Amino acid sequence: MKVRFLVNGEKKTFEVKPDEYLLDTLRNNNYKSVRRGCETSSCGICTVLMDGMPVASCSLLTAKAEGRHITTVEGIQEDAELLAGFFGREGADQCGYCNPSIALACYAMKRELKDPTDEEIKAYLVGNLCRCSGYSGQHRAIRAYLEVK
Amino acid sequence: MKYVNKGIPSVDGRGLMMGKPAYTDDLAEQGSLVVKVLRSPHPFARIKSIVTDKALNLEGVECVLTHKDFERIPITRAGQGYPEPSPHDKFVLDDYVRHVGDEVAAVAAVDTETALAALDLIEVDYEILEPVLDFEKAFGNKIVIHPEPEIHEMFPIGFDPANNVAASYMMNVGEIEKTLQECDVVVESSFYTQAQAHAMMEPHAVNARIDYMGRLVLYSSTQTPFHVRRIISQALKYPLSKIRVIKPRVGGGFGGKQCVHGELLVSAITLRTGRPAKMAYTRKEVFESTFSRHPMRINIRLGASKEGILKGIDVDVLSDTGAYGEHALTVFMVTGSKVFPLYNKVESIRFGGRVVYTNHTPSGAFRGYGAIQGNFALESAIDILCEKLGADPVEFRLRNMIREGETSPIFEIMGEGTEGTAMVMETCKLDYCIKRGMELIGWKDKYPGSKTGGGKARGVGMAIAMQGSGIPYIDMGAAMIKLNDDGFFNLLVGATEIGQGSDTILVQIAAESLGVEPEKIIVYSSDSDLTPFDAGAYASSTTYVSGNAVKKAADGMSRMIIEEGARILGTAIEDTVFDGVSIISGDRSITLRDLSNKLFYNENQRQLVSAESYVGTKSPPPFMAGFAEVEVDTGTGKVEVLDYAAVVDCGTTINPNLARGQVEGALVQGIGMTLFEDVVYSKTGSLMSNSMMNYRIPTRREINGMHVEFAESYETSGPFGAKSVGEIGIDTPPAAITNAIYNAVGVRVRSLPATPEKVLMGMLGKAVKENGHG
Repeated sequence: MKVRFLVNGEKKTFEVKPDEYLLDTLRNNNYKSVRRGCETSSCGICTVLMDGMPVASCSLLTAKAEGRHITTVEGIQEDAELLAGFFGREGADQCGYCNPSIALACYAMKRELKDPTDEEIKAYLVGNLCRCSGYSGQHRAIRAYLEVK
Repeated sequence: MKYVNKGIPSVDGRGLMMGKPAYTDDLAEQGSLVVKVLRSPHPFARIKSIVTDKALNLEGVECVLTHKDFERIPITRAGQGYPEPSPHDKFVLDDYVRHVGDEVAAVAAVDTETALAALDLIEVDYEILEPVLDFEKAFGNKIVIHPEPEIHEMFPIGFDPANNVAASYMMNVGEIEKTLQECDVVVESSFYTQAQAHAMMEPHAVNARIDYMGRLVLYSSTQTPFHVRRIISQALKYPLSKIRVIKPRVGGGFGGKQCVHGELLVSAITLRTGRPAKMAYTRKEVFESTFSRHPMRINIRLGASKEGILKGIDVDVLSDTGAYGEHALTVFMVTGSKVFPLYNKVESIRFGGRVVYTNHTPSGAFRGYGAIQGNFALESAIDILCEKLGADPVEFRLRNMIREGETSPIFEIMGEGTEGTAMVMETCKLDYCIKRGMELIGWKDKYPGSKTGGGKARGVGMAIAMQGSGIPYIDMGAAMIKLNDDGFFNLLVGATEIGQGSDTILVQIAAESLGVEPEKIIVYSSDSDLTPFDAGAYASSTTYVSGNAVKKAADGMSRMIIEEGARILGTAIEDTVFDGVSIISGDRSITLRDLSNKLFYNENQRQLVSAESYVGTKSPPPFMAGFAEVEVDTGTGKVEVLDYAAVVDCGTTINPNLARGQVEGALVQGIGMTLFEDVVYSKTGSLMSNSMMNYRIPTRREINGMHVEFAESYETSGPFGAKSVGEIGIDTPPAAITNAIYNAVGVRVRSLPATPEKVLMGMLGKAVKENGHG
């Protein structure tokens, strides 16, 4: 079946199987920044934005993206670079596998929450797991990123 | 120091955050065959027959491999130096399957759907065998998990497969029974540690192709690219010279990518079909079909005089290696060797036990590597002993622990599979670590604990720990530095960046040695064709071993630059210096940029390359003190870690921010293991915790206060004074947190994880004992 949606503002048409997930469609079409961590929408690695809201692309049927606006980290390069600077300052990059997904989630959070508390930040990102950093360095970096208006 | 001990940003962080293709699966060739593996549904079975015709006839299927396609060559997947201290007890594919998830057959097809459909068409007739699922019943069981005649040990490791023993060991210092008899107080206890899953965010992945030179080229998410190359060659009888293994960016390892995973099957398929092939593990495969931490039962006896002097340590360990013996002996050894020297003044130590096979997912390397298990037992038992003695647990440790300038006989007796290496602690700031940790956690006000009302009780607990820095006389790291025109350098290292920051800190070491800015050094790591050898990212070796190799190579390059500069300036070498920008002698000078351009194009043309290697002659331990403050819900038994203070002596921190990240990350993995992470099997041997839904790792909500600091310390044998920092952070949480739980509610948790059920049952049991009712 054909599915049409926007990826980072570009109109795209994809030929997909009815049971195909968005993660596979994107990776098969060379959006390699979207990566798999699990298959159960538990880890957040495959996060993309759909109409600005974070979704787990491993569990979202591509057909459901019809007519929607999908954003990968390639669509928010300026913010990703900004966040990378703060991660670098904290030594919070570590393996980097989750970092594009964190960037997307933080980008969405910044637009959704006004002056969030520590607890609100943790609650927003609770589905974005990281096994390397112990979260503390990430948290300091994310706070700094949110403070940039 | 200019570039060392500075928190410069990682060399790779920006590109990774911005989503550049970097990881193994990003780099598979377009059109690669997709490899899927048929895995055993049974914990133990013999394949009576396996028919693949229907699968092979499915359109789009290119290749199906079963045990019949492989010569029977026993190997170990451990990913260690050679000869390995792990038994060669695994075949690429075998007619026996020994755990749920073990490999039965591999299919390569044009896409994932076809490959999965082909798996369903493979007809396997299993003779289902009764498995061994309880590791305490494995030794001498009538069921023999490895009856095959070809398997063997590479040198004596106590391998006894007829009794389900992968490895065994026994050692004595002094006369333990006599010592304990003379002690005023003896305590005895059994501790259990569970299997833990690494749960690194990137699932294992590998892809292969034959390049235009006819060579087999792999990308693999591995911690040990050079060992992988060697094991592929051995297992497939394919010339080492025709294999190239490239380790691209790796999305976390923690030991879980030290062992070989899909490299053998994918290589076999590419060699057989001539086509590029790729495999990316599903998360279920990562849990079921890679490795997890060795579960252990640790029986411990401690004896002390009434004056509070620790006299004897007696430890018996039973370790569960699962279906195969990767790291069986060495993890077991570290349970003693990187724990006992903490208390180096004892008269007697006895340590021994067995590592047994079971029909569970194999155990393998995991950050902490036995030390975390041993630390839980010893540091819990020390608190139990202190209570019986009426001694303060901090004072007791300060009195009995190892100090700078001291040694322990354990260093010489116990190595990793062979004898160890004697060494004196040139740096050991444990006393500072303890004192500073007490301040950070507020020990004086909070010890032992308090009722806070509202059904909550708080307590503090602590533990001390040590690790190592590489495997002396065995594991080598090497580095090459090449000067380019325009005056910048390539740093080529075998060292394996897996997210711990090794590329960055090795650049910092090279920059410091050369005196040039880090931006002038372009690092490239872990490519078996292009970089020199390195054993790999394990055993806390990269900073110390690979770092020393980089320092030697950079020092050599500095000398070459000065020699070439002096020649061009016409000055004496001993009067000439290199300040990082120019080569200077008196009032004459030439910039490195001009010198390098001359060397390339104009005068005495030559390529400057400095290559050096390093193998440790000792393994200086990093030390730390960990302090936990917990709050226990007395109604439910739920434990929350309110604060964790960690003070670490890892020598110089090459990059303090990255070092702190290593410790913080390791602490959180340790907290997860202490409180809830658990690899759980059903009664029939299937893995229950086989997805991220039912294997829970800490989320950012569980992490509250965390204070990580470093002691001032300078280890002269390390590069710019550094020891290791990768593992040490994981060791203290089990004992520190369970000691804190005890100090809060009086419940001693002897079996990890310390779930609410265990804590609550402990409280109820205590109430019954004290009041005669619940």
